[in-house]
Amino acid sequence: MEQMLNRVPIGALTDFPERLGKTVTVGQKEIAVFKLSNGRIKAIENKCPHRGGVLADGMVSGEHVFCPMHDWKISVVDGKVQAPDEGCVQTFRTEIEDGQVYILVKD
Amino acid sequence: MPKQKLVLIGNGMAGIRALEEILKLKPDGFDIVVFGSEPYPNYNRIQLSKVLQGDTTVSDITLNEWQWYEDNNIRLYPGETVTKLDKKKQIVHTDKNKEEAYDFLIIATGSNPFMLPLPGADLEGVTAFRDIKDCELMIDYSKKYKKAAVIGGGLLGLEAARGLLNLGMEVDVIHIADYLMERQLDRDAGILLQKELEKQGMNFLLEKSTAQITGKDHVTGLLFKDGSRIKADLVVMAVGIKPNVALAQASGIPVNRGIVVNDFMETEIPNIFAVGECAEHRQMVYGLVAPLYEQGKALAKRICGVNDKGYHGSVLSTQLKVSGVDVFSTGKINEDEETKSIKMYDDWNGVYKKVLVEEGKIAGSVLFGNTKEGTKLLSLIKKGATIEEYLEAGQTEETGVDFVASMPDDELICGCNGVSKGTIVEAIKGQGLTTLEEVKGCTNASRSCGTCKALVSDLLQYTLGDEYSADQKETVCGCTTLSRDEVIAEIKAKGLTHVREVMNVLGWKKEEGCSKCKPALNYYLGMIYPSDYVDEKESRFVNERLHANIQKNGTFSVVPRMYGGVTNSSDLRKIAEVADKYEVGLIKLTGGQRIDLLGVKKEDLPNIWADLDMPSGHAYAKGLRTVKTCVGANFCRFGTQDSIGMGIDLEKKFEGLNTPHKVKMGVSACPRNCAEGGIKDVGVLGLDGNWEIHVGGNGGTELRKADLLSKVKTEEEVIEWVGAFLQLYRESANYLERTSAWVERVGLDHVKEVLANKATRDELNERMDETLAAIQEPWSEAIKNKTLLKELYEKVNVPTGSN
Ligand SMILES: Cc1cc2nc3c(=O)[nH]c(=O)nc-3n(C[C@H](O)[C@H](O)[C@H](O)COP(=O)(O)OP(=O)(O)OC[C@H]3O[C@@H](n4cnc5c(N)ncnc54)[C@H](O)[C@@H]3O)c2cc1C
Ligand code: FES
Repeated sequence: MEQMLNRVPIGALTDFPERLGKTVTVGQKEIAVFKLSNGRIKAIENKCPHRGGVLADGMVSGEHVFCPMHDWKISVVDGKVQAPDEGCVQTFRTEIEDGQVYILVKD
Repeated sequence: MPKQKLVLIGNGMAGIRALEEILKLKPDGFDIVVFGSEPYPNYNRIQLSKVLQGDTTVSDITLNEWQWYEDNNIRLYPGETVTKLDKKKQIVHTDKNKEEAYDFLIIATGSNPFMLPLPGADLEGVTAFRDIKDCELMIDYSKKYKKAAVIGGGLLGLEAARGLLNLGMEVDVIHIADYLMERQLDRDAGILLQKELEKQGMNFLLEKSTAQITGKDHVTGLLFKDGSRIKADLVVMAVGIKPNVALAQASGIPVNRGIVVNDFMETEIPNIFAVGECAEHRQMVYGLVAPLYEQGKALAKRICGVNDKGYHGSVLSTQLKVSGVDVFSTGKINEDEETKSIKMYDDWNGVYKKVLVEEGKIAGSVLFGNTKEGTKLLSLIKKGATIEEYLEAGQTEETGVDFVASMPDDELICGCNGVSKGTIVEAIKGQGLTTLEEVKGCTNASRSCGTCKALVSDLLQYTLGDEYSADQKETVCGCTTLSRDEVIAEIKAKGLTHVREVMNVLGWKKEEGCSKCKPALNYYLGMIYPSDYVDEKESRFVNERLHANIQKNGTFSVVPRMYGGVTNSSDLRKIAEVADKYEVGLIKLTGGQRIDLLGVKKEDLPNIWADLDMPSGHAYAKGLRTVKTCVGANFCRFGTQDSIGMGIDLEKKFEGLNTPHKVKMGVSACPRNCAEGGIKDVGVLGLDGNWEIHVGGNGGTELRKADLLSKVKTEEEVIEWVGAFLQLYRESANYLERTSAWVERVGLDHVKEVLANKATRDELNERMDETLAAIQEPWSEAIKNKTLLKELYEKVNVPTGSN
């Protein structure tokens, strides 16, 4: 539920390099945060459903990230693994305010 | 009986084609003499556009080599013009005071470019676009000047303009009509075309009529009738051609617009024929090559006394040879009261199709954006097909294969080069051809405008059946239909400088590419522009982006450089200290004689590098990894050469080099080959008094023994050969192709042949040195660069309960 979400600041928008990912740890949770070429920020679970590859280190193309381990292609928007592979990762909402990036996580 | 004497005036495409047809029918029938004003053997004029656009060179467009004339006992007088023709005495005179008698005469003098009779048309810097000379002039000007103006927005003008753009000039195209190519296209297609070409960087001045070419000796600009002006250092006139009939006219041969001929290409004067652009047949003068082939056949049969129904005119199609633009038109192009049309207009994707129907039959078509159907439509029109036939073919998904199967054997597939279905099928069967490129090489089909490529592929499939694999062309990845070579050619031709620019300009299906094409393009760009290209870290696989190898648990490994596998106590001490300080998980010796520190956290990488203060070992790179060496002459009792020294020299020289895939080397000092050069990309073997260089070995998944490339005497020569070999590999291998696969694909003989030439080796080494000069040591770079450290290596940590 909305109310249970925590809005956590994770850095200035300018700290995030375009078309690359960054690993953000919130508590125990590892999140991969991407800045797309259109400037939007997207956040997904930093763990590939295949064998746990670190998605933040993957190559970003448009709205997808390619896992650095075995090249699975995963949407950074809805977290879905693209065919022919299957699966999905958790997604997180992000907000940008006054040049600050926030991520919304459950308590 | 002495042979009959046949004289040809005009050593161009039509005349020579006619001779080829004659030689086919009567190989020894005539004593043949050819006069040609141009100082070259017959060449493919069509390809001049491609020469100008940088896709090919003058030396590659020859159609008949000098040897061909010799082999067929043809006396050729290149650079010699026929100035007079005595039709009574049957003698021709030349500008070099030669006289030649004939029994039969063929006039194939082609056309002259039409030069607008404007004031200033004779200034320096004003040219037509018709022959090699014009082409060379434009290329030459592009090196010295910046601004070009092309008068004429038709086929030729646009091809010239594209070429000049590729040559780095700014180009204005001046056109009198209100849309481009108005003779071949309707307005809708013309406007789409204009939009596309504007995107490519052309500037258009439409509905403009030139009043004067300004300048004193040399052109400086154009003045228009409306009083406006532009600047120009080069003016290309491409407003049309007119049949070259002066000689015929002066000799009293009946001429209308062209030299008047009957269905057998005979003029009204006995024993004199005319063929090609200078001839007028049934009130038609053609300006394209397709008719020349049919005309040539009809002429040949007549001269050789073979009965035939003669030539009955041609249905033509046009295609614009500008890369990135697909336009096609044939037959009728504009609607009138008699016609109905089928139209599809997709402004969004820039695709337009129109098929005109007249009395139930297909009368013409204009295609833009997707011209695959072009040849099929042309063929249907030729056979007078009804519109139903076309529509049904579309609906039942009748494949191209069914379509080519139904064609008669003598139907022309390649209009430009006059190649029939029968010829292609025969070549495929007889010579075991399997690819489009091979068919092109053997038969010339699709060598010129390329429209017929789809049909040739269909023919391959039809002839070979299941053996044919349609995706024979290896594209860079699924994002594009272009192959590596095509992409590289386009990058060079269009001067593209960034990965995304390449994707955008070359019409990538996915705007930002994928994990295959991004690193590949990044590599190709770096290879093409060694000093200027700025490597794009976003297009690098994680290992090369972070300069460390990612491990299965997301940690990294660090391998410091140890030239030739040689280390010392102080380096070892530093390594040991670092291993303790950062609690390295595992220390291991690698197969390439290095020390590997495994299990390093990403955020620790820069600190470890700083503490180590050693260069990167590039153990993660698509580049030179290691040079493994044996002990060599200094200690080993069998050693004949200083393998360690040689190895260190090689490693120092090529350290940090980017290559299509990883490169491993080995240097040994005797045939025991302890450094295992037999399975290295480059294996150097020291023998008594000389060195052997082996290449293309691989000890990995595709086990392959290296081949001997050369034997040399000195260490300098080893470096020279290895440098040339590596640069050749860098320039011609596909990204992610190991030397083993590459050598296998292009052939060791090819590699040897190229490298045998010292001048070529020097050139390769020059480019190699330029590349090496721009290399930076990545670890020290990273440590110094604050932004890089922050962007790539830092993690963000938000402790729990922060709120
Ligand atoms: C840049 C360019 C692009 C083109 N693109 C296409 C295309 O995509 N598709 C297409 O179908 N067509 C194209 N064409 C047109 C095509 O090249 C011509 O239709 C074809 O070359 C005509 O052949 P021809 O033998 O009649 O004339 P030419 O090839 O012009 O040959 C005539 C030769 O005769 C010589 N000559 C003339 N008078 C004399 C004399 N008195 N004595 C001795 N020699 C003489 C000339 O110097 C010339 O070499 C293009 C033309 C150009 C210039
Ligand atoms: S772990 Fe992501 S693709 Fe295998």
